[in-house]
Amino acid sequence: MTPTSLASSATVAQEVPAPRRPSRPRAIALTIARKVASALVVLWGAATVAFFAQTALPGDRATTIFNIRAGQAQLRTPEELAPINAEFGLQNPLIVQYVDYLRGVVGGTFGNSYQQYRPVTDIIGEQLGATVILSLTAILFSWVLMIVWVTLTAGRGPRLGAIGSLVDVVAAGLPAYWLGIILLLVFALGLHWFPVIGGTGLNGLILPALTLAIPLAGFMGQSTRAEFERALDQPFVISARMRGMGDTGVRLQHVLRHAIIPAVTLSGWALGATLSGAVIVEAIFSRPGIGSVLVSAVNAQDLPVVVGIVTLVAVVYVVANLIVDIAYSIIDPRLKAS
Amino acid sequence: MTTLTALPPRTARILRLPLGLYLALAFVLLLVIAVLAPQLLATHDPFALAYAEALQPPSWAHVFGTDESGRDLYSRVIFGARDSLTIGLGAASVSLSLAVVFGALAGLAPKPIAVVVDRFIEVLFAFPSLLIALLLVAILGPSALTAVFAVGLGTAPGYARMVRGQVLAARNSGYVEAATALGHSRWRIIGAHILPNALRPLVAIFALSVGQSIVWASSLSFLGFGVAPPASEWGALLDAGRAYITQAGWLIVIPGLVIVAVALAATTIGRHLQNTLEKGEK
Repeated sequence: MTPTSLASSATVAQEVPAPRRPSRPRAIALTIARKVASALVVLWGAATVAFFAQTALPGDRATTIFNIRAGQAQLRTPEELAPINAEFGLQNPLIVQYVDYLRGVVGGTFGNSYQQYRPVTDIIGEQLGATVILSLTAILFSWVLMIVWVTLTAGRGPRLGAIGSLVDVVAAGLPAYWLGIILLLVFALGLHWFPVIGGTGLNGLILPALTLAIPLAGFMGQSTRAEFERALDQPFVISARMRGMGDTGVRLQHVLRHAIIPAVTLSGWALGATLSGAVIVEAIFSRPGIGSVLVSAVNAQDLPVVVGIVTLVAVVYVVANLIVDIAYSIIDPRLKAS
Repeated sequence: MTTLTALPPRTARILRLPLGLYLALAFVLLLVIAVLAPQLLATHDPFALAYAEALQPPSWAHVFGTDESGRDLYSRVIFGARDSLTIGLGAASVSLSLAVVFGALAGLAPKPIAVVVDRFIEVLFAFPSLLIALLLVAILGPSALTAVFAVGLGTAPGYARMVRGQVLAARNSGYVEAATALGHSRWRIIGAHILPNALRPLVAIFALSVGQSIVWASSLSFLGFGVAPPASEWGALLDAGRAYITQAGWLIVIPGLVIVAVALAATTIGRHLQNTLEKGEK
């Protein structure tokens, strides 16, 4: 607990009438239950969208799957299609297929790949690690970049602050493919600091992670900067200065703590954004990962794989948001009302 | 800068600088010419092959350099503007139409419908835009039309949330309360008060969305799911340039720069419209 958060929780405790205090755990449990239920509804919806996306391919599904596997486009006899119908349960009515799919998703499977003759979860599982490392490294980089940049430029007079926020806006708008190419040209081909083909080593991770981190830092920086400048005018900052604390100390110990809250709430979104951005980054740097798997699956119209990856990212997004949400309703009771 | 009394956020102030706005407008004017009459701006035939001049860096003869077949990149960029902007405008229109329908339903429909639509928007919002777009490409197969719908559908959930917020804000406002007190019918209030007020910000959002759509569409092309060559749509130029990144970086840097410039111009104009509209409301 810091002096500032102690102070604010003390004022909250004064405002809340004493008799209501024992009911707080129950209120929190209720809030959490409501949030979990609403997240489950979203997940069920996502799985439903995923299922119906797979039935949306034009033409007979078994024929399509057969042709994707054979690499040809022609009509097939029922005898040829029978094993495929059996493998994917296509002889069942749609509603049965739907319930089977949902049951599979709950159990952690996404069906079989059209093209690779094996479960989608195996294909994703092999490649997920590389993408998760890329995504988490990118989020870490973006936090470092954003905190350094905002702490250095926010609330330092109109000119420096204006440059700071212009950089935020431009960085947030940079398309990943272009930024990646520029980084590749300058640091790998020009300066030879990093390998051109990413690979999985630590050295090959830096440029891909930066490609994802810079726009993310710009995006988070916009909300952090606004909060930072608001916090600079707060009474606790003045009181810290009156105690003789230096400017850097005030910024790092007091202001930053308040300013990063909006960026923390963006964590779920950031995770989704970096996972989907990985599609482009992995293509630029020839990195393995679920992004490259997704691109080749789209090329082959291997819908179970496409849908599996897309759903997985949606699940990660929903679960991360749920965790952030719950953490907040425990940390800060004031947010419960809103 | 005419008003110093109410200082807008700093970002808005920079993007509103007349110089930036004029640059953006001038750039858009150039784009309009490139779309309507590309031959006025182009210096070469964008499809003329000249293998002797292949992969030349930017020079006075070829300001953006030449590609692997000796075609003039500058002229290809100019002739590609029509495809790129059509896709961007089309995707933005698809996206905002869907957003208005779903956002208005979520904000105005009777409770059960509103709740279902609201959940539906949240479900789609959980899928990142690029992934929705790729899912659609997987189903429909890559083409320019797919790109329009893929990008439009991919970006729609975010805008639908925005429209819903606007509709709810208008619905809970004082003037709607007043109109209700005056005994105006539900439909009249929706038609005369809620929709006009909720949809006005969309003018600015549309400008922002065109810029974003061009970026998303070019991302699809970059992955190889866009307009097929020899068309010189900007994303297709990027995709074609990827093979030559070690020898001819300009083939990918320059089309990328043009896309960034379009997105920046659209953002500048969109923010300016937003600020003007907000000022008009006060």
